[in-house]
Amino acid sequence: MQQLITTVLTGLTLGMVYAAFALALVLIWRATRIVNFAQAPMAMITTYLALVLIDAGLSYWVGFAVALVSGLLLGALVERLVVRHLTGSSEINAVILTLGLFIVIHALAALVFGSRYRSFPAPFGLRGFQVGDTTIALTGFGVFTIVSVMVVMGLLVLLFRGTDLGLKMRAAAFDQEISRLLGVRVGRMLTLGWALAALVGSLSGLLIAGGGLVHPSYMDGVVVYGFVAAVLGGLESPPGAVAGGLILGLALSLVSGYVGSELVPLACLVILMAVLLVRPGGLFSHVRARRV
Amino acid sequence: MATLADRVLGRTPLRRHLTLALLGLVVVVVVLESTGQFRNAQFAAMAYYGIAAGGLTILIGLNGQISLGHGAFMAIGAYTAALLLRGDEPFALPLVLLAAAGVALAAGALVGVAAARLHGPYLAGATLALAVAVPGIPVYFGEALGGEQGLTVRVPRIPDWFADAVFFVTGQDMSSSRYLAYVGWLCLIVTFVLLANLARSRVGRTWRAVRDHEVAAELAGIDLGRARVLAFVVSATCAGLAGGLLALSARIAAPSGFTLTLSLLLLSAIVLGGLGSLTGALIGAALLTFLPQLVTGWGQDLGLSDVRAAELAPLIYGLVTVLVVLFAPAGIAGGVLAARRRRAAHHGSPSARTDSEARP
Repeated sequence: MQQLITTVLTGLTLGMVYAAFALALVLIWRATRIVNFAQAPMAMITTYLALVLIDAGLSYWVGFAVALVSGLLLGALVERLVVRHLTGSSEINAVILTLGLFIVIHALAALVFGSRYRSFPAPFGLRGFQVGDTTIALTGFGVFTIVSVMVVMGLLVLLFRGTDLGLKMRAAAFDQEISRLLGVRVGRMLTLGWALAALVGSLSGLLIAGGGLVHPSYMDGVVVYGFVAAVLGGLESPPGAVAGGLILGLALSLVSGYVGSELVPLACLVILMAVLLVRPGGLFSHVRARRV
Repeated sequence: MATLADRVLGRTPLRRHLTLALLGLVVVVVVLESTGQFRNAQFAAMAYYGIAAGGLTILIGLNGQISLGHGAFMAIGAYTAALLLRGDEPFALPLVLLAAAGVALAAGALVGVAAARLHGPYLAGATLALAVAVPGIPVYFGEALGGEQGLTVRVPRIPDWFADAVFFVTGQDMSSSRYLAYVGWLCLIVTFVLLANLARSRVGRTWRAVRDHEVAAELAGIDLGRARVLAFVVSATCAGLAGGLLALSARIAAPSGFTLTLSLLLLSAIVLGGLGSLTGALIGAALLTFLPQLVTGWGQDLGLSDVRAAELAPLIYGLVTVLVVLFAPAGIAGGVLAARRRRAAHHGSPSARTDSEARP
């Protein structure tokens, strides 16, 4: 019983991080029809920036803030300098482009920061809380993870539902031509969308790194799980991404706890295949499955 | 009007491909015999990268399905070969390689059936998960499949007739790495002739039709699902064969050899060469084989440590991939072809070809 609770709690915490990552992918997909596989190495770079600052003696929170801001900038830069120039809008070219970026950023990080494992601090305790005389698996950092992801999601909902800017961004993602006719600066909205997504991505990078080890490929697993979570949710819907992340986090934590951690990626593949075979557009898709 | 190329190489695609294959074989013998052991090993690597890239370029370029998981099929082929070569009485090499391709074919059929229903990012996600999932299997079944350490592969003895035949032609004794390079390039030539013919045949036209316009293809009586599954199976089979050859050349089949990076590098290789072109796949394979050493050398000259210099090669692949996708989506082979076509059009010659040529 205790093991079950432990597994479920770990799964929920992990699921929140996948959810954040999936949310970042969904933001970009809705706006530009591009799956940003480079999200993971972008988050890795910003986490390294935080680590450099923290190692230089600054407080964790300075590193945290710098990582988020640099994520924002990096997202805008990538959109302006690279993605904007993609023409032809072939699905495959877009995928290959972000994979190319994946390789570039990965290699750059290994060049600049080296590829050895470095430990990343956590701002809160990493020991489980005591309930009575048993220790449960929820740690201070776990609570921080859950809370910060919830706060970011809440802010995003507020932005998209409650502000003019959010309305413009939604319009630009929905139909570029009509929005342009209505006076929306579509280009700026797309840049802003990429920047926000990269910010959420770098948050998930910081949360994964906290109390663990950082090296140039520490986010590679997360890109797979985060992406699978987004696809489970249907790639279109932010609530779907969150639900997909939580489902995946729970399921993978159960597999890891009861079967073996080596089979976690395989379980992820099985879950994805099972869902896509029943609903090729994901769990939360509104659009009818493509039929020809 | 017969052009020079037609007269030399033969008019029908089959004859042209066979003539090119024969020419290729001659080049292979000359090159392998005139280079040392280290280069031979590199050429063996180029052969298996070429086979895997050839299969992948058919899938992505001709059929329009993306796969980020071909490293997984290579792993399946490599482990099949390693298991079959383990016993006291190892199987004959052709049987081992056929089995590696065959098991990958079965796995490809399984994945292909699921993949045929997916498109674009969904397919990319599913194959991405595949690439990450498969290397975990041998770690879980550590007893049978060697765990993290992997399985060591014994290279089978060089058959006497083969050594004798090569000695008869070249007058040189056969080393083990030269033998493997020969095996690899023979496999590559056979595979490429088959792929080139398939691409020019009814099947290849069906694939292109499905890629270009699904509705029109279905109206023309093409079964979309079947065409997709077939393309996936063909390309997975190539990857399996390539994996078997990789296990022989590396003398080991281990999970660390089949990371996500392998699948991504294969993809960038065919993009660099030019999607859908077998020539491009071969160019990409050559880049994948020879560039790292070259670039790492430059890095060391610039004063980087070995570990960091090794990262220069992926950096350049990635950069060039991004630039190619942005500015020259047809890749190197496509660029050359386009230049040739422009020149032909300029001279008003009828030899300008309309579809990309696939040659071994």
